[in-house]
Amino acid sequence: MSEHTSDNLPVGPSGEEEPIANPGLPEHTWRPTDVDAKAEKRAERQVAFFFALSAICAVLFVVAYFSLDVGDNWDTFLGLGASNLALGTSLGGALLFIGIGVIQWARKLMGDHEIVEMRHPARSSDEDREGTLAALAAGLEESGISRRPLVRNSLLGSLAMLGLPAIVVLRDLGPLPGDVYDDEEYEGAGLERTVWKKGMRVVRDVIGTPIKPSEVEIGDLINCEPAILFETDEEGEPLLHGVEVQIAKSKGAVILVRMEPGDITHGEGRENWAVDGIVAYSKICTHVGCPISLYEQSTHHVLCPCHQSTFDLADSARVVFGPAARALPQLALEVDEEGYLVAQDDFNEPVGPSYWERDSE
Amino acid sequence: MRFLNRSAGRLSRHRRGPLAGLVVLLLGLLMTGGLYAALSPAQAEEAQTDAELVAKGKELFLVGCSFCHGRNAEGVLTQNGNQLGPSLVGVGAAAVDFQVETGRMPMVRPGTQNPPKPEAYDDEETAALAAYVASLGPGPAIPAESDYSIDGLSGEEREAAITRGGQIFLTNCTACHNFAGAGGALPRGRWAPSLQGVSEKHIYEALLTGPSQMPVFSNGNLSPEEKRDVIAYLKSLEEQPSYGGFTLGQLGPVSEGAAAWLLGMGTMVGFAVWIAAHTTRTSKKKVDA
Repeated sequence: MSEHTSDNLPVGPSGEEEPIANPGLPEHTWRPTDVDAKAEKRAERQVAFFFALSAICAVLFVVAYFSLDVGDNWDTFLGLGASNLALGTSLGGALLFIGIGVIQWARKLMGDHEIVEMRHPARSSDEDREGTLAALAAGLEESGISRRPLVRNSLLGSLAMLGLPAIVVLRDLGPLPGDVYDDEEYEGAGLERTVWKKGMRVVRDVIGTPIKPSEVEIGDLINCEPAILFETDEEGEPLLHGVEVQIAKSKGAVILVRMEPGDITHGEGRENWAVDGIVAYSKICTHVGCPISLYEQSTHHVLCPCHQSTFDLADSARVVFGPAARALPQLALEVDEEGYLVAQDDFNEPVGPSYWERDSE
Repeated sequence: MRFLNRSAGRLSRHRRGPLAGLVVLLLGLLMTGGLYAALSPAQAEEAQTDAELVAKGKELFLVGCSFCHGRNAEGVLTQNGNQLGPSLVGVGAAAVDFQVETGRMPMVRPGTQNPPKPEAYDDEETAALAAYVASLGPGPAIPAESDYSIDGLSGEEREAAITRGGQIFLTNCTACHNFAGAGGALPRGRWAPSLQGVSEKHIYEALLTGPSQMPVFSNGNLSPEEKRDVIAYLKSLEEQPSYGGFTLGQLGPVSEGAAAWLLGMGTMVGFAVWIAAHTTRTSKKKVDA
């Protein structure tokens, strides 16, 4: 900070004469609090008042936290959850009033010198640079790191070995990609296969009931899952457990729609994959894997809300818009002897987004 | 004026006119008939046979609907081969009831988005139109109140219905109508309407018939009980207070982000501008003590 004259203005740079006289800074104007002792007192009280308001808000926050009910029996205020509203308002007030108080303090009461700082080159002075280098050299010399290669090399070795625990722990983030796409651990594991297989019933998601073609009307959309998700063993325990359920569900989800059989353009070799205009496609977008069921029955288009990829379900789920590169995999349907819709087989290609090892044929 | 004066004069001369008896008799008959009609409307409507209702519906249809849907509701194609109005054969009474009662039909102009508006036909006319369209081919009938009403459920049944309906809703409906039923965007400028404040019957009918772009959720797809559960869930959303504070339309990150940026940042910028624009200076000079 430079020196100040009696009128609070900084002393201008002295020395060489300049071609145009330095007009200097405009005359310093004072604040009411500088010239009026009463105004100063008033400003002081004002700042203290805001700080007190903040303290009151903080207390109100604690009161609201303990007095307003949440959970099973919410207190409400104007149709809003009273607790959230009170907590937010009081905490916001507590922070805001401290801010207002500090700003008033700075504007009205804190020192108000006008400061001029001359520019300097960013480079340190030569003496500083030499001093630093000398200190560094002295340190290296005293540690003897160049004279004692055994110490130096064993230190480098131990630091390098510290990377090993990190690598081993990173392994827990997940299986290697190679392990994922041909894992034989359980049914439908891996990136290439799902739990669908020949004869597995297509059942309504959430409800779990199988579907007869006669129950499906033209224009119907049914979100479906493989039946195995809802099946239980003799003791009533679900067949799939834990992470297997999640994996089976996330890869096996399909959307089943019925349209006029004449509207369908069958893909090559897929002529018998539909049952009376009922077709089923993977629900997992081939772009980055969002589940999609935004289906427009008037256009047969299904739209992924994440990035607007649009698939034409009347034409092998061809991509008609958006960033997806491949059509949705189609699940071949047929009817079992009891008349329910079943899969002819697993999908004939991996569901979901592309990955390095995927055979893109 | 002259005529009126003269007749008044005549009435005052002949206290009882020659036609007075007849007038009294007619008045009596009118009153009796009127009272009968007013007090027994149900019977009067029953007298209106289905055939009459269908005939009336056909008349209304020819005037109000046939331009787009064709004189026999067979549908009309434009010269480019686009659908002006689809065929109504087999759409059923439920579709007519939904489209006309929510004011979606008649449309202001042909187009793919069909927003609700004040209804153009009264209940009786709507029933006639529905009867006429239902007579064209088999289709879903107008649901009975017992199908969609959630009033008859006990507290426990209602809780179960809300839980199950919520799961069904989140699986089948949120893709278009948003997690809170607030509606959402569809391709090419269309949108799925908000379900907040829609009556139970209209939700049920929309599920049953799949209006416009909406897929159908026929009774073979979602059973009547499952549809009712969805309705119970939607109604529970309407009843519950917004626990988290202002919902901002329940549109999720879009409206919340907009509020944070515009309101939050805007307020802070406003504060900064206000602080910088208001000088604390005075023209008074410091008096040396």
